[in-house]
Amino acid sequence: MSTATTVAPEPRAATPLNYLNVEYGWRSWLFTKDHKRIALLYLISITFYFFIGGAFAVLMRIHLIDPQGALVQPETYNKLFTMHGIIMIFFFLIPSIPSVLGNFLVPLMIGARDLAFPRLNLLSWYIYMLGGAFTMYSVIHGGVDTGWTFYTPYSSTYANSQVIPAALGIFITGFSSILTGLNFIVTIHKMRAPGMTWFRMPLFLWSMYATSIIFVLGTPVLAIALFLLFLERVFQVGIFTPALGGDPLLFQHLFWFYSHPAVYIMILPAMGVISEIVPCFSRKRIFGYKVIGFSSVAIAVLSFLVWGHHMFVTGQSIYTGLVFSALSFMVAIPSAIKVFNWTATLYKGSISYDAPMLYALGFIGLFTMGGLTGLFLASLSTDVQLNGTYFIVAHFHYIMVGGAVMGYLGGMHYWWPKISGRLYPEIWARLAAAIIFVGFNLTFFPQFMLGYLGMPRRYAFYPAEFQFLNVMSSAGASILGVGYLIPLIYFAWSMRYGPIAGPNPWGATGLEWQTPSPPPKDNFEQPPAVADEAYDYAHQEVGLV
Amino acid sequence: MAAQPIVPFRTYVLVFVALLVLVALTTGAAFIDLGPFNTVVALGIAFIKMMLVLLFFMHLLHSNKLTHVTAVAAAFWLLLLIGLVFADYTSRGWIPDPAPWSSSAPPTHP
Ligand SMILES: [Cu+2]
Repeated sequence: MSTATTVAPEPRAATPLNYLNVEYGWRSWLFTKDHKRIALLYLISITFYFFIGGAFAVLMRIHLIDPQGALVQPETYNKLFTMHGIIMIFFFLIPSIPSVLGNFLVPLMIGARDLAFPRLNLLSWYIYMLGGAFTMYSVIHGGVDTGWTFYTPYSSTYANSQVIPAALGIFITGFSSILTGLNFIVTIHKMRAPGMTWFRMPLFLWSMYATSIIFVLGTPVLAIALFLLFLERVFQVGIFTPALGGDPLLFQHLFWFYSHPAVYIMILPAMGVISEIVPCFSRKRIFGYKVIGFSSVAIAVLSFLVWGHHMFVTGQSIYTGLVFSALSFMVAIPSAIKVFNWTATLYKGSISYDAPMLYALGFIGLFTMGGLTGLFLASLSTDVQLNGTYFIVAHFHYIMVGGAVMGYLGGMHYWWPKISGRLYPEIWARLAAAIIFVGFNLTFFPQFMLGYLGMPRRYAFYPAEFQFLNVMSSAGASILGVGYLIPLIYFAWSMRYGPIAGPNPWGATGLEWQTPSPPPKDNFEQPPAVADEAYDYAHQEVGLV
Repeated sequence: MAAQPIVPFRTYVLVFVALLVLVALTTGAAFIDLGPFNTVVALGIAFIKMMLVLLFFMHLLHSNKLTHVTAVAAAFWLLLLIGLVFADYTSRGWIPDPAPWSSSAPPTHP
């Protein structure tokens, strides 16, 4: 508790003091312990990686316009999809919502001044940047060609690229996830404002809590897998290489023990965002609050029991395959519960189609498609046909781009007035949402068809009869790319020229909307207290704005 | 935060001595041929050592329920990882090799 100097009403004439203008200079940013400033540091970093990863995707889609490959050598193509996957997953998607929106919102939503461990929070950003530096080193020095999964023996016996620095980068970045997860868990347990009971928390916090469980329990196993890979490469300890007495499938077990739950690290936070946006723009309390909250925790726990569905055709025991298949079907239940509850929330609501809501509705549809196609892949028999084809590529892009990125963009639009204190241009935002939705489907729906027809993934060439669908997909990707550039431009524009937002432009419930935008350094001028459930839209004054 | 009872310094010394004795025991047991029970003995002693560290050095003996749940959850997750991985390894050989084709075509195996 620093000195609680009451900000007396003297300097009110100009812009009131907030977290953005309270201090200036690079030191005040790079040594900040303010969770809101750290969130912005993360925002800048992950945006950088998003466009780097996106550039690799653009090169791939240009290459695939021609059946013989239009742009690069096959070896280079291998590196393109590997670097696209590594950067997008470990340096954009995993930190996206937790480290930016979560960092910004967790203390605000529970009515606290900061996270429980502000220094640890800053440290996690530095660790992330250090890991990113190692990975960028490997990109500049020739890249990696193993696929983002680092499967042995590509990454061990037959490694011929910068595997060690890239793996080291991911190893290091994992610790930043662990610290963020730890920070969120302790903060949510210990720092809730008076009256903020577990069942009054916004559902975004439930999803952050569930995500944090995965961060803390799953990430160490990825670190172990990559460390063992390193041990084997450097000291010839037999772990994954049969010649040394190891088992290549052990790597896949360890890798997917983390990396399947990592899918839920990406999608659970997006689900939390949707649970905030849908009631706000339907002006209704959310349908089935407790069920949505507990389904987040159920997803977090079940996500650790299904990793073997990535190994159905790799030589895993068929009996284990049966168990993993059945367990994978079970994860569909809590996911479907959420979709049904959001839909029920929309029912008879007075819906408005502002940009965040467009992203939320897009999320519900695209996530449903991604989830249902996942069931094709969780079935032992259909997986034999579809595994390793573009069907898988389409499936997980519907989850990660159609789901996680749509959720992230929806959240960025919803909370941008809170983060920046300014409004973005609504017309442009709706247009961008529409462009992204169209571009996304044009990019990835043809890939479902390609995969079903048998086009394998990770190939630099393909038979000529697949060209039409590939050109469709590449055309969609160019539309999608434009769609992603527009928000970047108008968000930057609005920071200076956007209209002043006021504390609560959406008339939303939740503590973060009861403090000025942008929030003051210590979040609240008076310690908040909570007396009502979340999403109490029914009792809200009409026409509040 | 509930004040934790002060553990006397002697307890820590005793636990430390016990850990050293158990290390010696592990080393000694490795020199005696017990067949498959060598592993069992080594893991058994390791478990006791782990419990001593958890309960005394990491204060679990005097912690609240939430801390206990956290510790048990970590152990449970490790059990999931090891259990399901070994489920694969033990059951891989259960499927008998398929009978060869009865036709005149030579049996093909990928
Ligand atoms: Cu999976």
